Amino acid sequence: MEAQLKTTCLYPEHVALGAKMSPFAGFMMPIQYTNITDEHNAVRHRCGVFDVSHMGEIFVSGPDAEKFVNHIFCGDVTPLVPGQCIYGMMLYPDGGTVDDLLVYKEYRPDHYLLVVNAANVDKDYDWIKENSDGFVVNIKNDSPSWGQLAVQGPQSEQILGKVLGSDLSGIEFYHFADILLYGKRAIVSRTGYTGEDGFEVYAAPEAIVDLWKALLAAGVVPCGLGCRDTLRFEAGLPLYGDELSADISPVVAGFGMFCKLDKPEFIGKEAIARQKAEGTAKKLVGIEIADRAVPRAGYPVLREDGSQAGVVTTGYHSISLDKSICFALVDRSDGALGNTLYIQIHRKVFPGTVVKKRFYQTNYKK
Amino acid sequence: MSKIIEGLLYSESHEWVKTDGNVAVIGVTDFAQAEMGDITYVDLPQEGDEFSKDEDFGALESVKASSELYTPVSGKVIAVNEELSDAPELINQDPYANWIIKVEMSDKGELDALMNAQAYADSIK
Repeated sequence: MEAQLKTTCLYPEHVALGAKMSPFAGFMMPIQYTNITDEHNAVRHRCGVFDVSHMGEIFVSGPDAEKFVNHIFCGDVTPLVPGQCIYGMMLYPDGGTVDDLLVYKEYRPDHYLLVVNAANVDKDYDWIKENSDGFVVNIKNDSPSWGQLAVQGPQSEQILGKVLGSDLSGIEFYHFADILLYGKRAIVSRTGYTGEDGFEVYAAPEAIVDLWKALLAAGVVPCGLGCRDTLRFEAGLPLYGDELSADISPVVAGFGMFCKLDKPEFIGKEAIARQKAEGTAKKLVGIEIADRAVPRAGYPVLREDGSQAGVVTTGYHSISLDKSICFALVDRSDGALGNTLYIQIHRKVFPGTVVKKRFYQTNYKK
Repeated sequence: MSKIIEGLLYSESHEWVKTDGNVAVIGVTDFAQAEMGDITYVDLPQEGDEFSKDEDFGALESVKASSELYTPVSGKVIAVNEELSDAPELINQDPYANWIIKVEMSDKGELDALMNAQAYADSIK
C-alpha cells in the first residue's frame, strides 16, 4: 500500500520544511510544519498557504455541458456568469452524496471545471462518465496536470495580490479570474475552506511550486492539513466522509439549501424533495460541552436515560473559541437547538448543548 | 531520539513506572509525548478510583488526537498530579518529572511483566 501513495508537486518542499507527513486520500500530505495551533491562528489573523494539489480537477465541455452539469449536480449552474463558481453536491438517486464540489463556469462558452475531493476523484470521474449517456459532452479528468494552493486569511488579498502583481480586490466571493502565472494558465478564485477571506489558485505544477516559494518568501505561513480540518470545522463546513457520504445526504447534514428543487431535474432530486418534505431520520447538529474534554469522531452521543441518540462525526477543543465542540449525527427528535445531549468521552459522560453548527463567525469578503 | 531513564519500568503502551515501596508512580514516556505533539488536556482520574492492570485511567489530548492512558499495575489511585489540569504542557516539557498518578499496588508481581529501560529502548526502535 505504502508504495502506491501519490505525492503532490510540492512534496520536496514539504520535506525540506520538516513537515510531519501522513497519508491522506491516497497522497503523502503535510499535516503540520510547526504545530496546528500556530498554523490555525496564522490563517485566522494573518495569511497561510495550503498545498491542496491533491484535489481533483475534472473538465466538462461541449454543446450539452450546461445541461449535463445540471443533471449530475444538485446546484443550478444556469444563472452563473462566466468567471463565477458555485458549491454543491453530486448525489445518488437515493439522495446520498457522491461528493461535494465546486463548479467553475469558465470564460469559454460550454466549459466547466469541477473541483472534487482527492479521495473521490476516480469514483467521481466514473460516476460522471456513467451518467453522460445521451449528452454531447467531453469529460476529462485532468487532475495530475494541475496543482492547487489555498491562500487563506485576512491578509490574503494584499499578499497574494502583491506576489501576483495584480489587484485582486475586483474578484468577488465565489468568482474567479484567469491569469498567466509564470507563463502558465492559472485560475484564481475567491474561495476557500477555512471561514476566512482567501483565494484558491489552480495552475500547472511548475507554476504552483514557484508561487509557493514566492508566498513563503513574502512571509505567508505554510499550513498543513491538520489546521485545515480545525479551521473548516469551526466554520461549520463539512468534510466528505465525516459529515457527507453515500449514507449522509445534504439534507441530513443541513446543507439542503444547496439542492435546487426548482431546477427541472438532477440525479437525486426526487429523494431530496421527499427528505425536505418529510424530514429525515437523522440530523447533523453542533454540540458544545462545558469541559475541556474533547469529543472525537465515533464517540457515542447519549440521551439522559443513557440510550444512544447518535455519534460524533468531528470534534475538537476549538482553537479560536477555546470550547470543546463537535458535529454529531443524531436522531432528528434529539437535535433541537438548546437540547441537552451527553457525550461519552473515555470513561466519563459529559453533558452538552445542541448549538448552531457554524461555531465561528466567518469573515468572508462578500 | 527519545529519552529513556534507567531504573524505571516501562509498558508497551508507553507509560513509565517508578516504584516506591508499595506505591507505583506512573507517567508517560518521552516517546509518547513526542508522538502526541502539543498536549492540550489531560483527562485525570480521581483519588480513590480503583483500576485493574491495563485498564484505561485517563487520556492525553492534543489538538488532533486523543490517546488513552493505561495503568500498568492494578490498584487504588492515592494521588493525582492536579498541576496537569492547568498546565498539560508540562508533560511535553518533561514527561519523567511530571508524573500523572500514584497507585497503591494490589499485586507487585505485575511489575515483572514490565520492561526495563533497555528492553523499552529496543521496543521503540
